[in-house]
Amino acid sequence: MHQPTATAHPSLYYDYRVHPYVPPPERLGQGARHRVVIVGAGPIGLATALDLARYGIASVVLESELQVVEGSRAIVFTRRSMEILQQVGVAASVTAKGLPWRYGNSFYRGQRVFRMEAPHPQDDRFGPLINLQQQYLEGFCVEQIEREPLIDLRWGNHVTGIVHNDDGHATLSVDTPDGGYEIDSEWVIATDGARSGLRQKLGLKMQGDAYEGRFVIADIRIKLDLPTERLAFFDPVWNPGNTVLMHREPDDMWRIDYQLPPGEAPEQALQIDSLTARINAQLEMIGAGGTPWELDWYSVYSARAMTLSDYVCKRVIFAGDAAHMLPIFGVRGANTGLQDGHNLAWKLAFVLRGWGSPRLLDTYSEERVAAALEIVGEAGKSTRFMTPPTRGFRLLRDATLSLSLQHEFVRPLFHWRTSRPHEYLSSSLNHASAAGPHRAPGLSDGAPNGLPDGAPIPNVCLGPHDYLFDHLGASFYLFYYTAEPELPEALRDAIAEIEQGGFPFEVVAIVPAGHRATPTVLGAAQTFSDEGGRFAALYGFAPGGAQAYLVRPDQHTSAHWRADGQKDSQKISAASLKAALHSALGIAHGA
Amino acid sequence: MSDTSLADLERIYDALAQAIDRAGPAKSELLLVKFALLLGQDMNDRARFEHLLESALQDL
Repeated sequence: MHQPTATAHPSLYYDYRVHPYVPPPERLGQGARHRVVIVGAGPIGLATALDLARYGIASVVLESELQVVEGSRAIVFTRRSMEILQQVGVAASVTAKGLPWRYGNSFYRGQRVFRMEAPHPQDDRFGPLINLQQQYLEGFCVEQIEREPLIDLRWGNHVTGIVHNDDGHATLSVDTPDGGYEIDSEWVIATDGARSGLRQKLGLKMQGDAYEGRFVIADIRIKLDLPTERLAFFDPVWNPGNTVLMHREPDDMWRIDYQLPPGEAPEQALQIDSLTARINAQLEMIGAGGTPWELDWYSVYSARAMTLSDYVCKRVIFAGDAAHMLPIFGVRGANTGLQDGHNLAWKLAFVLRGWGSPRLLDTYSEERVAAALEIVGEAGKSTRFMTPPTRGFRLLRDATLSLSLQHEFVRPLFHWRTSRPHEYLSSSLNHASAAGPHRAPGLSDGAPNGLPDGAPIPNVCLGPHDYLFDHLGASFYLFYYTAEPELPEALRDAIAEIEQGGFPFEVVAIVPAGHRATPTVLGAAQTFSDEGGRFAALYGFAPGGAQAYLVRPDQHTSAHWRADGQKDSQKISAASLKAALHSALGIAHGA
Repeated sequence: MSDTSLADLERIYDALAQAIDRAGPAKSELLLVKFALLLGQDMNDRARFEHLLESALQDL
């Protein structure tokens, strides 16, 4: 029988709640077939459950342990992650507890040779990066789930097996502290982490590279008078040839992340004497020698850049580390996983509610595998500098470090590309037959560029503490730029027809500067006045530019129309709006 | 570029040899890689750089 530890994980700063194991209905012989079972209550599984509930989709979340994760693990969250967490209702908690930051510093031989600044445009509610220990994020998600009746979060439920059945469902075998049971589900979401048991049980293999370098991550409690900025030390005197990173976390915690000399065994590296000596050497180097500190949690990891080639295996859908393992340079682990979950949630919900084609789930895999492969490529570039894989790469890295003391041109090589949202430019959900590329030559000279289909939409500051994303939810949107008091009648009729389809769809009208007379545009659910011209600047809205966008529920565009379209098909019409929605719902043309 | 006079070529020859000796056996490789990166930046011609690099790989 499964015996999860019933004592709270030790922590210097986090107050672990040990949740009770509650015998599930299946143990009492009352099991019904579920629509969605999520395996693994890490940040991706929890956020995906919350995301599904926004569409009215109930889920069971199975978690082997009785408490959230031990150790800080993922500690840096990006703006895009915050936007997703806002959608599922936990961003405010993260903002209240987390430490925002924008600067990354690279040091070599005691000199700061590169300072990375992540921009914080005025239109973004969230800063580029925020540090928070993973336990807190999971805890905030759990609190949100406790307010959500559609989610049945089962602690102490350990999945031991999976069988795919002929009639389109899967059966999971689950072990619990009072015995085993089986649970049937139409869909299983595997968010069971890098060592995914489901991935192994299904015999699926990831493709990609495992890098040589091993890193120790250690969290210490210490009072350091330093700002919240990323610190990277190359070739420090106490760890020659290797790299050390430091990050501030809430509660006076600091993450020290250092590379091990080649050939050193992890067991040796994790001995307390070794950890202590190295942490002291690092503190000495930054001028904090002798400052008292306490060790909280530590672990060893090796950098990998690997992904499954398909995230859907029959009835099991993989997301997060279960689907891909990415190097943490550039904060690509949890941040990539949150984007997986947000891409998946609306698609699975639309399939289950009968609003979209089952092909939507294929596009989940296509879009997110493409994103992972792009990240693997970018991560490789970071990793080859951080942990050079060959003698040649090591020589070039060392030459770059040496040059960096006096030559500006090599310094940007220090900056690893930070996780950013993938643009689904080649997605089959994009409405290919609409207006064509925005940046096509010859189209309206001087008009601002618009967003390409598949791009994440930019946030817009609407007023003090008021942003566009605050007004978006689990819905498709038509963003429509107009100076008229009403939408064209044919479009209004089309929208009324679309609304009868039952799926969430709203028109957002954006009124150009100088046309404030109309408080609301007839036919639009929401109207925003673009007095500051920010929509125009960010979306390319103009009389000679973009007129409308179809926006997916995950805040990516899938179609656009131009006000100056030279062909009828480039201008919005009832027919082209319906065709674009069909595309976005995975319904083939002519179907 | 190939019109370097013999006198200049001899000076380059000597300068390179002396720099390698000054760097010493432990650091001469690092010196040459640094130098190559500086030359590459100065040339601002990636195709030419790659062509010359390929030439250097011949007959090793």
